[in-house]
Amino acid sequence: MLDLYLPIIVVIGIAFAFAIGSVVFSRLVGVKRYSELKMSPYECGVPPIGNANERFSVKFYLVAVAFIVFDVEVAFLYPWAIMFKQLGWYGAITMGIFIFVLVIGFIYDWKKGALEWE
Amino acid sequence: MENLVQEAIQNVNLHAVMPSLILSVAGMALLLVAVFSPRGKTAHIAWLSIASLIVAGIVTIMGWNDTQYGFAGSVQLDNFAAFFSMICIIAAGLAILMSDEYLKRENFPVGEYYPLILITTAGAMWMVSGTDLITIFLGLEVLSVSLYILAGFFRDQVRCNEAGLKYFFLGAFSTGFLLYGMALLYGVSGTTKVYDIAAYIQANPDTTTNVMFVAGGLLMLTGFFFKIAAAPFHMWTPDVYQGAPTPITAFMSAGPKAAAFAALIRVTFICLEGMQDHLTTVFWVLAVLTMTVGNLIALNQKDLKRMLAYSSIAHAGYAMVGLVAWNEIGSAGILFYMLVYTFMNMGAFAILILIGRSGEENLTLDGVTGLGYKKPMLGIAFSIFLFALMGLPPTAGFTGKFYIFAGAINSGYIWLAVLGVLNSAVSLYYYLRIMIFMYFKEPQEDYAWVKIYPATAVSIVISVIGVLYLGIVPGSIMQLARMAGF
Amino acid sequence: MITVTHYLMLSAILFAIGTLGVLTRKNAIVVFMCIEVMLNAVNLTFIALSRHVGNLDGQIFVFFVMTVAAAEAAVGLALLIAFYRNKETLDVDDFNMLKW
Repeated sequence: MLDLYLPIIVVIGIAFAFAIGSVVFSRLVGVKRYSELKMSPYECGVPPIGNANERFSVKFYLVAVAFIVFDVEVAFLYPWAIMFKQLGWYGAITMGIFIFVLVIGFIYDWKKGALEWE
Repeated sequence: MENLVQEAIQNVNLHAVMPSLILSVAGMALLLVAVFSPRGKTAHIAWLSIASLIVAGIVTIMGWNDTQYGFAGSVQLDNFAAFFSMICIIAAGLAILMSDEYLKRENFPVGEYYPLILITTAGAMWMVSGTDLITIFLGLEVLSVSLYILAGFFRDQVRCNEAGLKYFFLGAFSTGFLLYGMALLYGVSGTTKVYDIAAYIQANPDTTTNVMFVAGGLLMLTGFFFKIAAAPFHMWTPDVYQGAPTPITAFMSAGPKAAAFAALIRVTFICLEGMQDHLTTVFWVLAVLTMTVGNLIALNQKDLKRMLAYSSIAHAGYAMVGLVAWNEIGSAGILFYMLVYTFMNMGAFAILILIGRSGEENLTLDGVTGLGYKKPMLGIAFSIFLFALMGLPPTAGFTGKFYIFAGAINSGYIWLAVLGVLNSAVSLYYYLRIMIFMYFKEPQEDYAWVKIYPATAVSIVISVIGVLYLGIVPGSIMQLARMAGF
Repeated sequence: MITVTHYLMLSAILFAIGTLGVLTRKNAIVVFMCIEVMLNAVNLTFIALSRHVGNLDGQIFVFFVMTVAAAEAAVGLALLIAFYRNKETLDVDDFNMLKW
């Protein structure tokens, strides 16, 4: 019974080790250079201070549109992941085709410059 | 668990979706070709699209009389689906033929246009071959979402933006109703497969008085009525048809409308058969309303695209008479009529493309004054299409209406056929008015800007041949329609 | 005890709210959100009924509805942006170029 949960405990352990490890490690090894930009609340995107009704740049919408589409497709991966073992190669190939179709959309997006910020 | 995979592999049967598969793969490939081509170069994409349509058409024809079932009974490529698929392929082909020069004239030669048409056609083909509510819904949405983009394609023209947005809002709104209806049908019968729903009703006849079932059926039909633009769900049609790029208007009025009719026929004739008595009442009320509203409002239209939009509403009304008949001739009549309508309506729009100036501000009644003298060939072709739209022999418009009204008379709806003929008489007024402007008024312009684009001319010639062939020797195609009908 | 009827009532109410919103609201984005409410009401119906009738078809349907809603959202937002760039407004009363 307990050994059923053993993998979960191992994963939790790895997660903690990774999180603590990376914080400690970067503190020890990383170079520290503070600038005005770095100290601001949001390092990228909207300016933190100003009118709350300020309009967003249309670039945000472009990213949002791409995000919506790719994000929702992940929903289809979930049922497959649950039945991963039973479906075997058949499932893997089918999902490969599915992902390939998404990759075509991604190439299109990229080539059109929707992923460039400037 | 091995047999799970075995079963899945056996159930798929790609033959059942082969034509639409070809089109979707071609659509995706051409999307990449388009994005890697230099801006302004689109002709090669147009020709490749036509080639893939031809391949898909050949595959469809080869599958005639060889019903394929696929995806565990979700897809059924039978004669009915093949016939409607061919209508969609023809509509898409004609639309692409008349597009390339048009896009250049409107200063927006963007390659994504053609893959979108291919994907719309693929969606239409899923929809006509779908025997599962999920497949029908997915096909409908693939079709609609691509059409939203195409309707608003010229993104720097406000008119076009507005057409796209209106189409989008009304389309998404109607999808909501369609889905809610499907959900209720699923709740009552416990399945989404069209034939299983029919079997459930056969086993439990009292379902047809179940409030949830009736509400579900009617909500789903409402969604379809939006898509075929039956009155009173037609409000979006004139605006969208007027604002959209003209080849897209032509395509929308033929291919997708035929696909919506196909799904409507399949769902009503199979799933909702038990409600026949009530549904024929609904259908005849809507058919009369649609014909009359379309024709009456078309009477005082000045803008030609808008007039043809109202005329297309009226024609949907005529086709619905075939639904009221609910018999073999009626359903075969709808199939035949949608094919005829594809040729005559797309031909008429192709003429409008040729006589329009950049921006198309001149497509009004005054804009065709004396066209018949200055451009005699265009005048003759336009007259043939107008005669067909009126329903006069020897054009296909006459034979198409004849079969539909014959179906209605066979089922005892003589008065409905009479109303249809009366409506055609009303429609004579506004079609003939165009011809009066073309032939009986002094030309004020010399139509120097009218260039006969070769590809568009080809599409006009094909349409003229189609209209005359189906009008003079309709027998063989009608035979095919009968084999395909329910 | 919460039964399937409660879920159906809730989703019917949500659907009605969405429909009313589409018909009465002025801002195109809000209209769009109302359409999404309608679709999600349908999703709720499907899931409740799927549980009720005891098979998974309804849940599969929901997957597809979600995907389609995302695709519609992407296209709808793009159309709205294109319209806004030309007209500087999103009031549905300003969709008035085309009229009889």
